[in-house]
Amino acid sequence: MKRIGVFVCHCGVNIASKVDVKEVAEYASKLDGVVFAKDYKYMCSDPGGKLIKDSIKEYDLDGVVVASCSPRMHEHTFKNVAEDGGINPFNVEITNIREQCSWAHEDRDEATRKAKILVRASVAKSSLLESLEKSKTPVTHEALVIGAGIAGIQSALDIADDGFKVYLVEKEPTIGGRMAQLDKTFPTLDCSSCILTPKMMEVKNHPNIELMTYSEVTKVEGSVGNYKVKVKKKARYVDLDICNGCFDCTTACRISGHVPDTFNLELGKRSAAYIPFPQAIPLKATIDPDHCLMLRFGKCGDGPLCVKACEPDAIDFTQTDEEVELNVGTIIVATGYDLLNPEKLFEYGYTRSKNVITTLELERLISTSGPTEGDVVLLSSGEKPRSVTFILCAGSRDETKCTWCCRIGCMSVLKHVYLLREKLGVDVEINICYTDIRSFGKGYEEFYRTIRGKGVNFFRGRPSEVRVHPENVTIDIFDTTTNKLFEIGTEMVVLVPALVPRADSEEFSRILGLSRSGDGFLLEAHPKLRPMDTFVNGIFIAGCAQGPKDIADTVAQASGAASRAAAILTKDELENDPLIAWVDPEICVGCGVCVEVCAYSARTLNEVTGIADVDEALCAGCGACISACPSNACTHKNYTKQQLIRMIDEVV
Amino acid sequence: MTDEKLKFAFYWAASCGGCEIAVLDIDEAILDVAAAADILFWPVAMDFKYKDVEAMEDRHIDVCFFNGAIRNSEQKEIAHLLRKKSKVMVAFGSCAVTGGIPGLANMSDKKGIFETVYHDNASIENPDGTVPEPSSEVKEGELTIPEFYDDVDTLDQTVEVDYYLPGCPPPTNLILTAVTAIIKGELPPKGSIIAPNKSVCDECRFEKSEKRITAIKRIYEVEKVEDKCLLEQGIICLGPATRGGCGAPCLDANMPCTGCGGPTPNSLDQGAKMISALASVLGIDNEETSSEEEVDKMIDDIVDPLGTFYKYGLPSSLIKRRVMKE
Repeated sequence: MKRIGVFVCHCGVNIASKVDVKEVAEYASKLDGVVFAKDYKYMCSDPGGKLIKDSIKEYDLDGVVVASCSPRMHEHTFKNVAEDGGINPFNVEITNIREQCSWAHEDRDEATRKAKILVRASVAKSSLLESLEKSKTPVTHEALVIGAGIAGIQSALDIADDGFKVYLVEKEPTIGGRMAQLDKTFPTLDCSSCILTPKMMEVKNHPNIELMTYSEVTKVEGSVGNYKVKVKKKARYVDLDICNGCFDCTTACRISGHVPDTFNLELGKRSAAYIPFPQAIPLKATIDPDHCLMLRFGKCGDGPLCVKACEPDAIDFTQTDEEVELNVGTIIVATGYDLLNPEKLFEYGYTRSKNVITTLELERLISTSGPTEGDVVLLSSGEKPRSVTFILCAGSRDETKCTWCCRIGCMSVLKHVYLLREKLGVDVEINICYTDIRSFGKGYEEFYRTIRGKGVNFFRGRPSEVRVHPENVTIDIFDTTTNKLFEIGTEMVVLVPALVPRADSEEFSRILGLSRSGDGFLLEAHPKLRPMDTFVNGIFIAGCAQGPKDIADTVAQASGAASRAAAILTKDELENDPLIAWVDPEICVGCGVCVEVCAYSARTLNEVTGIADVDEALCAGCGACISACPSNACTHKNYTKQQLIRMIDEVV
Repeated sequence: MTDEKLKFAFYWAASCGGCEIAVLDIDEAILDVAAAADILFWPVAMDFKYKDVEAMEDRHIDVCFFNGAIRNSEQKEIAHLLRKKSKVMVAFGSCAVTGGIPGLANMSDKKGIFETVYHDNASIENPDGTVPEPSSEVKEGELTIPEFYDDVDTLDQTVEVDYYLPGCPPPTNLILTAVTAIIKGELPPKGSIIAPNKSVCDECRFEKSEKRITAIKRIYEVEKVEDKCLLEQGIICLGPATRGGCGAPCLDANMPCTGCGGPTPNSLDQGAKMISALASVLGIDNEETSSEEEVDKMIDDIVDPLGTFYKYGLPSSLIKRRVMKE
């Protein structure tokens, strides 16, 4: 029989005003197994803790029930106190008589009666509580960052600066991501490359960062502190150690000027041997296997010109994909976003006119390193447009497409207005069709005011259709501020497409065992309090992979994620909470239901035993598998069916 | 055990009689049983009277195999009588263990059942509205028949039970295990269920892979049963929630487990467990994006949920019966 002590807290007047705490303590002292019961004004205070510790010694207690506030508040406090007092902390049971009694009820007698019943149930459970030990997992002091856009770059630099090795994996041949495609950034009009490339250089030169470009994560196993990650390094057909980034192969390539330039959103052409842009990191050539004649047909005229042109002899057509395995303690996912394919917005004419483009395409036209070297021209004629019309929220805030706001559209369009005025002069007509102008960030509203003074026509509404004519296009829009229907004739239409999860995000989230929210972006553990955490312990998210955000927010989140990751990396070993799921090997048949419902990837089928395992480091003790287990083989430690039924029996 | 032969009794309460056949289904092993035991009472096969049992001393019978649920006064009376006269009481078969198919009658009550059986059924011709009464006066005197109860109960809700042999009917290998243990005097602790702890899946021939169900199908809607877990094919199979020991013969015949083995160890409610498991994996692939209508539609595809999840266990489940409003 356990020797249980019951400690009833007044919580000042929070509990004592509605619950007769003395009566509850008196009642508790007479319950089976209780050898001591006492009330105190603030049980969570130092003297309160001392009372518990002293009583453990004096009465030789091996079970403690604290009737106080929600266990969310002070369970940890009381467990530590009990441990200090010399008993296993998992023999502490909290009865919530504040949120569930004093705060919930007006009638003092009834509240007191309920408090007594709840204490009785806790005492009954306490007698069945098991002593549990925390297991420990050693930590690998290395991190993996997936995606090397601005988010991944920032996270990697922060962790590397903290002194830990970082593997930075990027799918494209260069780092830089979306930000490298932008010309200027709002609202400060900083040149995007000018602020990004120094960071890219830093990544390249950082002794703690191992860069893996043109590589993809294919498998993730293990748990916080010890992840095993498989990375596929795609064949580049260029020896990275030898290539000096001279661009000779790119100019020599036989099909130079015939391959759609993906970095420039296919607005221009490049070679099969290419370097995406002049400041690429690493500044190394890549040979595009989808277009290279050698790789497609095994023959390139009388011999590949790139090989001839390459002085240091870096080109190697025999390269194959390579798989490497990394061991890391923590992972940051910064895989970014896609733009909604504007072809899906049929009414806006993207498929019918070359002069209907997207904001990202406009970025490339404005950029001096872009396909037109900075000339903003109509793609149909190559001439400067005399009028440009922006359509905001193309697919965003739309029940039929993407319900969410892209958070960058309004400001990016205001920025474009500024740049177009610079490039095309004051004569060009600029129209903006908007839903609401959302200028919520620091300095954004001021920027908006500046642009409003630049002679722009603002129409509040969504165009119903973009009609394409030989000379120009016309847009029908019902302006909701004037209640008038307008027909705008314009030469260039710029769509601001919705930000959507990356096309491969579903498959990718499966590889990592991450959950996604309804919109398809990666789901954070808590929208307010744990925005960088995921449900998988040790995996964090940063940037637009989690949801649309601008560069400032992305960098802030990336640094946040890095600091969350570093908190793990600084430890030599991690303690695992033992209040987790447990599988009875005598009952489990390995049906696999638990594996599917586990949001933390903690449940796997053991191929040797044929039954389901629980990864102690990953299991968060949420209980999903326990209710889902059809065979009843799964139990939650110290929340066993036997214990819970015993509590219910006491209550009813 | 002494050289003296064991004394067995068999009884048939609210059940179909399949359990009686199952006893014979142990084939020639029945001869070993006959060599080891005398059968003192077996109304379905031999001519004994209740008064013969009443005349026995208490605990005269070594083992009573009792099949069927309890739903009338005769069954209750004999259950008590046999309990008194037997050293060991075995609940034999699903009806005695968990209520069985007769247990589904807990969806109604005496009044409702009589209403259907003696009035509403299309083939009934009952102009006087006659229903069975426990006692009726005829010119020869008083006639009595057993009283029909509102509730169907399991055997252990009526009398104390020592061992349980689940199944509809209990599989012959488990009957043999039980009988052998009794003959050898190697009985497990009182209250044991004579069947393995693991579920039917442990004995199922189908391959398991991912338990992600996109839609519920009934067996006739599946053109060709693939060689993989039926549940994963969308067919509701109670295998994972059902105690095995049967060797999964239904699965061998491409039919899903319907749950006759009863709940797995420590499980409070077999049907609730299965519902909970199914709800956890049905439509899990589109969990985030499914509308409420789509979810409703998926659930609507489960025809007769009560008959599916509580086919053999309504009286022993947490809900036990439908609450009948006056």
